[in-house]
Amino acid sequence: MQGEIGRSALFTRRAVLVGSLQALLIAGLAGRLYQLQIVDSERYAMLADENRIDTHLLPPSRGRIFDRFGQLLAGNRLNYRLMLIPEATPDLDVALTRVAALVPLDTHERDRIEREVRRKRSFVPVMVREHLTWKEVSRIEVNVPDLPGAMIEVGRSRRYAFGPDTAHVVGYIGAVGEAEMEDDPMLALPGVRVGKSGAEKVLEKSLRGKAGTRQVEVNAYGRIVRELARQDGQPGDDHMLTIDLGLQQYAMARFGDESGSAIVIDVHSGEILALASIPSYDPNAFATGLSRREWSALISHPRLPLNNKSIAGQYPPGSTFKMIVALAALESGAMGPEQRFFCPGFLELGNHRFRCWRRGGHGSVAMVRGIAESCDVYFYEVAKRVGIDRIGAMAVQFGLGEKLDIELPGEQPGLVPTREWKRAARGTRWHVGETLVVGIGQGYMLTTPLQLAVMVARIANGGIAVAPRIMRGVVRGGGPIAPRREAFPSLAISPAHFDVVHESMRRVVNEPEGTAYRARIDEPAFAMCGKTGTAQVRRISERERRTRVLKNEERPWEERDHALFVAYAPVERPRYGVAVIVEHGGSGSAVAAPIARDIMREVQHRDPSGRGDAPLRPDPATA
Amino acid sequence: MVQADIRNQRSLTIAERVLRLNWLVILLICGIGAVGILMLLSAAGGSVEPWAYRQTIHFGVGLILMLAVSLTDIRLWMRLAYAFYGLTFVLLVGVELLGAAVMGAQRWVDLGVIQAQPSELMKIALILALARYFHGASLDDMRRLRVLVPPVLMILAPAALVLRQPDLGTAVLLVLCGTVMVFLAGVKPWKLGAAVAGALAVVPIAWQFLHDYQKARVLTFFDPESDPLGAGYHVIQSKIALGSGGLLGKGYLKGTQSHLNFLPEKQTDFIFTMVAEEYGFFGAGFLLLLYLSIVICGIMISTRSDNHFGRLLGMGVTVTFFFHVFFNIAMVMGLLPVVGLPLPLMSYGGSAMVSLMLGFGFLICVHVHRDISIARRPASGPP
Repeated sequence: MQGEIGRSALFTRRAVLVGSLQALLIAGLAGRLYQLQIVDSERYAMLADENRIDTHLLPPSRGRIFDRFGQLLAGNRLNYRLMLIPEATPDLDVALTRVAALVPLDTHERDRIEREVRRKRSFVPVMVREHLTWKEVSRIEVNVPDLPGAMIEVGRSRRYAFGPDTAHVVGYIGAVGEAEMEDDPMLALPGVRVGKSGAEKVLEKSLRGKAGTRQVEVNAYGRIVRELARQDGQPGDDHMLTIDLGLQQYAMARFGDESGSAIVIDVHSGEILALASIPSYDPNAFATGLSRREWSALISHPRLPLNNKSIAGQYPPGSTFKMIVALAALESGAMGPEQRFFCPGFLELGNHRFRCWRRGGHGSVAMVRGIAESCDVYFYEVAKRVGIDRIGAMAVQFGLGEKLDIELPGEQPGLVPTREWKRAARGTRWHVGETLVVGIGQGYMLTTPLQLAVMVARIANGGIAVAPRIMRGVVRGGGPIAPRREAFPSLAISPAHFDVVHESMRRVVNEPEGTAYRARIDEPAFAMCGKTGTAQVRRISERERRTRVLKNEERPWEERDHALFVAYAPVERPRYGVAVIVEHGGSGSAVAAPIARDIMREVQHRDPSGRGDAPLRPDPATA
Repeated sequence: MVQADIRNQRSLTIAERVLRLNWLVILLICGIGAVGILMLLSAAGGSVEPWAYRQTIHFGVGLILMLAVSLTDIRLWMRLAYAFYGLTFVLLVGVELLGAAVMGAQRWVDLGVIQAQPSELMKIALILALARYFHGASLDDMRRLRVLVPPVLMILAPAALVLRQPDLGTAVLLVLCGTVMVFLAGVKPWKLGAAVAGALAVVPIAWQFLHDYQKARVLTFFDPESDPLGAGYHVIQSKIALGSGGLLGKGYLKGTQSHLNFLPEKQTDFIFTMVAEEYGFFGAGFLLLLYLSIVICGIMISTRSDNHFGRLLGMGVTVTFFFHVFFNIAMVMGLLPVVGLPLPLMSYGGSAMVSLMLGFGFLICVHVHRDISIARRPASGPP
C-alpha cells in the first residue's frame, strides 16, 4: 500500500505541474488574443474593410457641345444594350438561339459571347448586342420570360446630329490610348471615350466631368452582396461654340464636289462663324467603332477628309497677299500710292523673266489699279523696293507665319520666309528674285485659310489685331451666354494707307475692270470688298511657255492651281470676313470668288453677329 | 453509509451513480456546446441548415453516450481497455486498406450506417490502454526500461498509421498525450528528456515522409504573407477576422470576414475565429475561460480519484482535450501551423463530437467512481 500512496502523491504533483503549464499556455492564448483584437485591432479592421469593400466608378455623362444659337452639335444618345448573366441562364446555347430570333446575331458575335462567358465569372453580365433600336428593345422586353438571365441595360453613346458638317470643328471621341492615360482613374474604365480631335479634344477635361463612386460589399469571390454608399459624379460641362450651324452647313454644301476650306470670321470680335473643311467624314462612325477597312479608306483618301484644312492646310496665298505688300510699301515710306510702274507683261531681272498673269501687260499701273487688276509686274517692282524684311514684318503683323492659337488641335504656322529662315533651312543666301516672287504671294510663302481670314479681318477693321475665337464658353443653367469681349491691340497703321487698300479691294469686286467683278453682290447694302488669288503649285518651264501653257482643266488635279478669295463686307462699316480656298480649283476669280460671294451673301442675310442669342435647343431624342 | 460501502468495493447502484455525477463539468460542456451550435447557426447565415441542426443531433447523441459511459462501472472499462484499443487499431489498419477518401485524406471507414473516424476513437483508446497498463506498474516497475517498451509501441504504432493517412495533427496529438501520460505515470524526467531529444533527432527524417501540402503548411507558418492566396491565405484571413473583431466584436451574424466567405472552413477548424470576430475579445476570452474551467475540473477529478487507472484516464482525457483546444486556437491565431485539428465542442463534425463526448464520459466516470480503489494486479482479486 506504501507504493500506492507514493504513486498517488507523485501523480498529483505531476498533474498539478501539467495543469499549471496548461493554464500558462491558455494565458498565452489570451495574450495573443489581446494583441490581435485590442492592440492591432485597427489595422485588422482596415484590412477587413479592404477585403470586403470594392469601389466602382460611375462614369459621368459627357458635356454637350452647342452652336452659337443653342443647336446641339454633340450630345449623348441612350444606347440600349442586351446583357446576359451567365449564371441565370440555364442553357446559353438555347438562350442565344432565342435571342438570334429577335435581333440579328451572326456566328462571329456568338463566338465572342461564348468566349466572354467562359472567361468571366458567372455573375458578370456579358454584352450580347448594343445600339439596339426601340423596336428591338420592345421585342426583347416582350420575350423576357423566355430569356432568363437577359436584361436591357441603358448606356450612353456620343451622337453628332450634323455629322460631317461639323466634324472638323467638334471632332470625335474614341477609346483611351496608352498615351492619354492620366491619373484620372476613370479613364481606366471600359467603355470610356476621350476626345480625339476638334473641340472634343481641346475641351476634354471640362467635357469629361467627374466620376461618381459606388461602394459595394463583395464576398471572397467578388460577387456584389449589397451597395454601401453611392456618390453621384459631376456631369461634364456643356459648351457653346461661336459657329453658326446654318452658315456652316451652307458653306459645306456650297463647295459641291470641290475640296478646300471656307472660313467666316467676325472682323471685330474674331469669332469664327463657320469653319468649313471639305471633304469631311462622319464622326458618328468613330463613336460606334470603325472597321479597319473604313479607317484605311479615310486615311488613304487623296483629298484627306480627316485633315482640318482650315487650320492645318498650308497654301501659297497668291495675290491675296498683295494687300500686305502694298501696306508694307506705304508704311515703310518706300513709295507712295500714286507711284506708277509700267507693266509690259513681264519684268526682267538678270537673265530671268518674271511674268505677269496678263501676257499683254497692264501698261502704266498705280497701286489701286495694281490691286484691283492684280498686276504682278507692279508688285514685283514694289517688292524689289520694299525688300523681303519689311514685307515679312508686315505679314507677321497680320497674323501670317505664326500659329494663331485657335482653340483647336492641329493648327499649322504657315511660313513667311526671311533671310535668316533661308540660311537656316536651305543654307543659301536670299536672292532678290525670291523677294519678287514673295511679292505676289508665291515662292516659299505658305498660309493657312484661317490666317487669311484673320488677315482680311485685320484689314477690314482698320488694323485691330483680332485673334480668332471658336469657344464661347461653358453653358450654365441652359441659358445663352454673352460673347467674350476682348480688347485687341491696334497695329498702329495709318488710316490713310488702309483707305488705299480698302478702295482697291472695293474695285476688285465692284468695278468692271476688277478681277472679281462677275462675283459682285448686287444688293448695295451687302456689297463686299475682296481680293482674288490663284496660286501655282508647280513651276512652269520656259520651254512650256514657248510652246503653250496647259490650261488648268488639261492638267491632272494635283497640278492645277489653288483658287483663293478673301473678302469682307459690308463695304462701309465691315462686319464679316471670309476666306475661301478651293484646292486645285483653278483661278481665284472664276472658282473661289463665286463661292465666297454666296457665303458672304448668306452670312449677311443670317447676320449671326447681329442677331440675339437663342435658348438652347437640345435634341429631344438625346439626353 | 455509502462511503463505507464503496470502500468495501461493492458496485454502486444506478441511483448512487447518478447522484455522484459531476454536474459542473456537464454544465460547462453543455454551455460550450450551445455556443458552438449558435456559431454554426451564424456560419450558415442564421439558418439551421446545413450545420446547426445536425450538430445538435451530434451533441445530443454525444450527451447520451457520455452519460452511459460515465454511469458504467469503471472496472468494466478497465477490463475492456485493451480490447477497445485492439479493435480501434484494427479499424485504423482497415482505413488504410479500404477507407474512402474524404477531403483528400483517408480518415473515414464506412461501417454501413455510420461513418467512423478511427483516428478520433484512437485518441480515447490509447488513453484507456495506457491507463490500464500504467495502473499495473508500480514505481519500481517504472524504473525498468523494459517496462517502458510496450507503452512506447502502443503510442507510436497508431501514430505512424495516422500520419500515413495523412493526418499530421492527430498523429502529433497522440504522441503528445501519450508522452504526458508516461510522465504522469512516474517515469524519470531524464528518461523522458532523452526520448524527446531522440525524437527531435528523427524530425529531419520524418520531414521526408510528409506530404507536400503538409510541408507547405509548415513552411508558410513561418512566413504566411509569402503566399497570400495559397497556403498562407487561411491564416492571414483568420488573423484579419480576429483582429477586426476588436474588443466587443461585430455582433452576432455580422462578421464580415466569415459571412463574405473570406474565412475558409469557418464551420470546422476556424470556428473560434468566428466567435472572436462576432463577439470580440470579451466573447473569445470568455470562451477561453470556459475551456480552462473544464481543464481545471478535469485535473481536480483526476487527482481526487482513489484508483490509479482513474487518475491516468482522467488526466489523459483532460490533456487530450487541452491539446485540442490549444492547438486549434493557436493555429487560427497564427501561432502554430495549420494542421487541421477541430476545436472541441465547437467545430462541426459528428465523429469528433462523439469521441470527445466519449472522453468526457470516461472523465465523469472517473469522478463517479472516485472512491473505488482497484488493486494493482487484477490476478490477486479483490482483498
